[in-house]
Amino acid sequence: MLGKLDWSAIPFDQPIPLVAGAIVLVAILGVLAWVVVKGHLPYLWHEWITSVDHKRIGVMYILLASVMLLRGGSDAIMMRIQQAVAYQSQGYLPPEHYNQIFSAHGTIMIFFVAMPFVIGLMNLVVPLQLGVRDVAFPTLNSVGFWLTATGALLVNMSLVIGEFARTGWLAFPPLSELSYSPGVGVDYYAWSLQISGVGTLVAGINLVTTVLKLRTKGMNYLRMPMFCWTTLASNLLIVAAFPILTATLAMLLLDRYLGFHFFTNEAGGNVMMFMNLIWAWGHPEVYILVLPAFGIFSEVVSTFSGKALFGYRSMVLATMAICVISFMVWLHHFFTMGAGPDVNAIFGIASMIIAIPTGVKIYNWLFTMYGGRIRFATPMLWSVGFMVTFIIGGLTGVLLAVPPADFVLHNSMFLVAHFHNVIIGGVLFGAFAGFEYWFPKAFGFRLDERWGKAAFWFTFVGFFVTFMPLYIVGMLGMTRRMQHYDVAAWRPWMIVAAIGMAVLTIGVICQIVQLVVSIRNREALRDRTGDPWDGRSLEWATSSPPPVFNFAFNPDVRGEDAYWDMKARAQQQSLEHDKREYRDIEMPRNSPTGFVCAFFATIMGFALIWHIWWMVILGGLGAWATFVVFAWRDHDEYVIPAEEVAAVDRVNLEERRSLVSMAGTV
Amino acid sequence: MAMIATAGHAQADPHHIGVVIEHPGPAPKRIVTAYGFWIFLLSDIVMFSCFFAAYAVLAGQTAGGPKGSEIFEQRNVAIETVCLLLSSFTCGMASIAADMRNRFWFYLGMSVTCALGLIFLAIEFREFADLVARGFGPSRSAFLTAFFSLVGCHGLHVSAGVLWLLTMMAQVFAKGFRADVLRRVMCFALFWHALDIVWVGVFSVVYLLGSGA
Ligand code: HEM
Ligand SMILES: [Cu+2]
Repeated sequence: MLGKLDWSAIPFDQPIPLVAGAIVLVAILGVLAWVVVKGHLPYLWHEWITSVDHKRIGVMYILLASVMLLRGGSDAIMMRIQQAVAYQSQGYLPPEHYNQIFSAHGTIMIFFVAMPFVIGLMNLVVPLQLGVRDVAFPTLNSVGFWLTATGALLVNMSLVIGEFARTGWLAFPPLSELSYSPGVGVDYYAWSLQISGVGTLVAGINLVTTVLKLRTKGMNYLRMPMFCWTTLASNLLIVAAFPILTATLAMLLLDRYLGFHFFTNEAGGNVMMFMNLIWAWGHPEVYILVLPAFGIFSEVVSTFSGKALFGYRSMVLATMAICVISFMVWLHHFFTMGAGPDVNAIFGIASMIIAIPTGVKIYNWLFTMYGGRIRFATPMLWSVGFMVTFIIGGLTGVLLAVPPADFVLHNSMFLVAHFHNVIIGGVLFGAFAGFEYWFPKAFGFRLDERWGKAAFWFTFVGFFVTFMPLYIVGMLGMTRRMQHYDVAAWRPWMIVAAIGMAVLTIGVICQIVQLVVSIRNREALRDRTGDPWDGRSLEWATSSPPPVFNFAFNPDVRGEDAYWDMKARAQQQSLEHDKREYRDIEMPRNSPTGFVCAFFATIMGFALIWHIWWMVILGGLGAWATFVVFAWRDHDEYVIPAEEVAAVDRVNLEERRSLVSMAGTV
Repeated sequence: MAMIATAGHAQADPHHIGVVIEHPGPAPKRIVTAYGFWIFLLSDIVMFSCFFAAYAVLAGQTAGGPKGSEIFEQRNVAIETVCLLLSSFTCGMASIAADMRNRFWFYLGMSVTCALGLIFLAIEFREFADLVARGFGPSRSAFLTAFFSLVGCHGLHVSAGVLWLLTMMAQVFAKGFRADVLRRVMCFALFWHALDIVWVGVFSVVYLLGSGA
């Protein structure tokens, strides 16, 4: 009846996950109870859960990512403490538990922090920058988000019911095969990634179509803001790479569930095929994450330097070059596995070639700042901090791309330091920069600068104190994923790293405080003009927060830096479009499809993990029925009457006109 | 559609010298839908490519079990192929009928497509059942693993296509040729044709090459 599920699945003998799970459960129930008691449920349901508005969905993605950052961060803290105390002792975490933690940490950070964060920002901003009303497929967008949430939920359920994978975040076979991992850990891993992977693919298709087919009038390719370009590149990579992940995990699952022999040791299975497939996805994945961050830095650097982006076209070229080359270097992840010197040399050189377009970008940012009027607001701090950090990470990456060096450093702490260097210094800093930069657009008030700067400095310093020692222990020979060790020379560095982690944690706390303080002071921080940073692209042309329909008129773009041009012209001519006639606007209706679909997907995923076959069928039928019901509805749009559009737009125009006249007097 | 701006207008943009083709604005819904669906199909084909690649890697790994030439039946594969190619034709006829708002020919075209799809599936199912009964199931060897997965993945897609096809017939029956229904019919047709193309790959790589070896 319940498949493999019984009471032994709940780890009564392990206090840590139980207590952690209990705290999370109490927190969730508490929030739910608060929501219900205060009567916010209808608001949540109508305005957020069923919303198909790209801005709302973007915000929900970012919220999911932030919550999961705390979860993944707790894992990181536990690991750092363990390694600080586990010198010639077992530490406080039993090995099988430690293995689950680093696997969960990696999985969560990549799939449920970095991915939703960048997808959320792209969702929030790209339609605004393109001057359009929504993404190409709004309801699918909601489905994509909720499926991602399902994946995150399943990973967290593994904390209390059953176990998580102990195989590392990529679940290499044969360790992940049934014979070596008979528990449900790998199944949790694989099904949560399969389900959220579908969500990611949907988001990718949506954004590619949006950028290619929905741009407003006059938004030629070479007038798109840089962030739109990197979004395009990143989502093209999603469309091309995520099906590989889906296929690879499907093969692993077939091996585990039906006794197939893709990657087994017996009957002719081939483990190296898994390495090739997973890294053919995995390497582009790195660029899926970092390209949007590059776009954010481009926007931020140009806005806060008061200059157009230097070398816009070379930037576009560099982005697309990275997009293509990133598919040709995957083999550098297994130089040491016997492909031979020729293959290694070719892939080593190909890997280093990526450094060229990346270098182009760094120089372009520097030249954008050169001679500009730089304002060091928080988003700019994150950007400059990124440049310093990322250059170090990039250099160590080039080092790792030298095959002989990789033979020494492979699977060492040096590698761990390297990829945190690029992924924290690149992706996470970019996400934070974007968060600070676009927050006023999403919510209509700015974030507190003092706490924002404090958060930056603690994170920045904490990052270096945590990860520079890892380079050193890596060179001293410490391998990754060690639960305990006996080498005295590593000990001091592990303690320094733990202290760094404490500093990092203060940075995170500052960020939470910043949010709370800003919400409380929101009246003082209110942004009435919609353009708090003196921005250059179209998202600043509408009010903050933007109305559901984004723009009362589809903007007509005449050049790069669309909004900057409009402002320049408006100062001479006063704002143009008062005399135009307002029209009715059709917008897609809200729909619970995404939420209901994810509900059934959760049931189905859970049932698959525990082999509860009747429940699998139930979940599958439910998801299918949801789609049919969705396809059957007759009215998928509603109309916002012209008067309403006009009323909303006039308020915005008034504020803006006062801004323009003020700017004129300076 | 595209507006041509003259040199005077282009001055706003210092990079453009002379004539600029101005982007005309968002594409109509039909184009957007079809475009998005195309991109989905491309991603689906990437997924198939992985199974093709796995097949190519594992095709020789028979682990003492049968080779391809010992289990493939040319006659069945020929019938399957004819069914699928014909069904693409009837599916095309149904799309034309939908464009002309002709219910009768639409239903007829879709029904024949459905029937051909079902025949295809039945033959494939019998082939699989037969192999399993002889002890040549997917867990017998890596070669059979790859074979069942690749061909089965295509079969699953065809099954999903049949379900979708029936849903589309029901929708036309209930709602007529509404714009959104027509867009879905168009996507279905793209899907069905894409499956045909994938089958040509399966047919060549698995059955033709396999029978020779
Ligand atoms: C906030 C500070 C962070 C700290 C202190 C930290 C610490 C660690 C540690 C100690 C490990 C395991 C090393 C080992 O034993 O092999 C690890 C692995 C990993 N981390 Fe982090 N991490 C942090 C943030 C992140 C972020 C933001 C990401 C990605 C967005 C990330 C992605 C990964 C991945 C993919 C692994 C590999 C997991 C595996 O070995 O399977 N980490 N991290
Ligand atoms: Cu790589």
